[in-house]
Amino acid sequence: MTQETLAAATAAAVPVGNQGVVADISSDRQAFEVPWGKAMMWIFLLSDTFIFSCFLIGYMTVRITSTVPWPNPSEVFALSLGGEPIPLILIAIMTFVLITSSGTMALAVNFGYRKNKKLTVMLMMATALLGATFVGMQAFEWTKLIVEEGVRPWANPMGAPQFGAAFFMITGFHGMHVSAGVIYLSVIAYRVGTGYYDRHRGGNYEMVEIAGLYWHFVDLVWVFIFAFFYLW
Amino acid sequence: MATAEGHQEHPLAIYFWIWGLLFVLSGFSYAVDYFQFEGALRWTLILLFMFLKAGFIVGIFMHMAWERLALIYAIMVPPLCLLVFIALMAIEGDYTFLARLVAFGPAAEIAAAHH
Repeated sequence: MTQETLAAATAAAVPVGNQGVVADISSDRQAFEVPWGKAMMWIFLLSDTFIFSCFLIGYMTVRITSTVPWPNPSEVFALSLGGEPIPLILIAIMTFVLITSSGTMALAVNFGYRKNKKLTVMLMMATALLGATFVGMQAFEWTKLIVEEGVRPWANPMGAPQFGAAFFMITGFHGMHVSAGVIYLSVIAYRVGTGYYDRHRGGNYEMVEIAGLYWHFVDLVWVFIFAFFYLW
Repeated sequence: MATAEGHQEHPLAIYFWIWGLLFVLSGFSYAVDYFQFEGALRWTLILLFMFLKAGFIVGIFMHMAWERLALIYAIMVPPLCLLVFIALMAIEGDYTFLARLVAFGPAAEIAAAHH
């Protein structure tokens, strides 16, 4: 068989389902029938999942073992808007902002594959802007806790001393990931806008989807942080 | 490049539906705290909405639902090991908590006073 017909026969005969799993990982061939950039971003996200899980499980452990009561997040993170303190309102807004950014990112990926450069760039910049807004709100939260409430990594006036350490570590790492994502998205959006992927990737806008995977992961981590740290 | 390398072009509608659904689920999650559910019901609801949101983000927004099974297994199976880790740390945590109560609590002071 020539190279061309061998490749054609292989591509045409790729099975699906569990037989596909066996075919994908056996024999002398590429492991995943997906572009390597996408596969590697997934594997990176898997590793990042373990890192955030270590932090969250560590937080779980110090909270379970604490003989001093854990501060009540509903009270700690309440904001007074016109008199009455509203529990977790800033956190709810931050969640809203991040989910909106995931929506704009999903649309950006879709328009990227439709080769609509203008909409892709606008949606990616909207995503980045929403991400920056999120980080700004998180920075406000940190400032309020450090300056007004006296929360430190080693102590706080509200309860268990480990609260500050857990809070700053977990939200700090997450905020860092969001910030890196804002820069990453801006770079990819710039490249889309200037036609880089037409010149260098033959019109393939996969890089937008790969950036999208990273951004959705950042939102995903927030879903878990929101549930385990703020609500629990 | 029509359908090269398995990238998908879905109609936009599905993204708007899931987007709306995520808002609704987030609203429910927030309501669990706002209406001050307590105890096992609180935790069950928190976890339920969390996993639903996570599932939709991973499955639809991250396209996992349409990926090849080998990739789905490679990414989704290893995190199951974390369930073991969580169980181990929770069990040990409980022990540490009780040990601290015994060693440093009121009973410890009484025991120390007798020696």
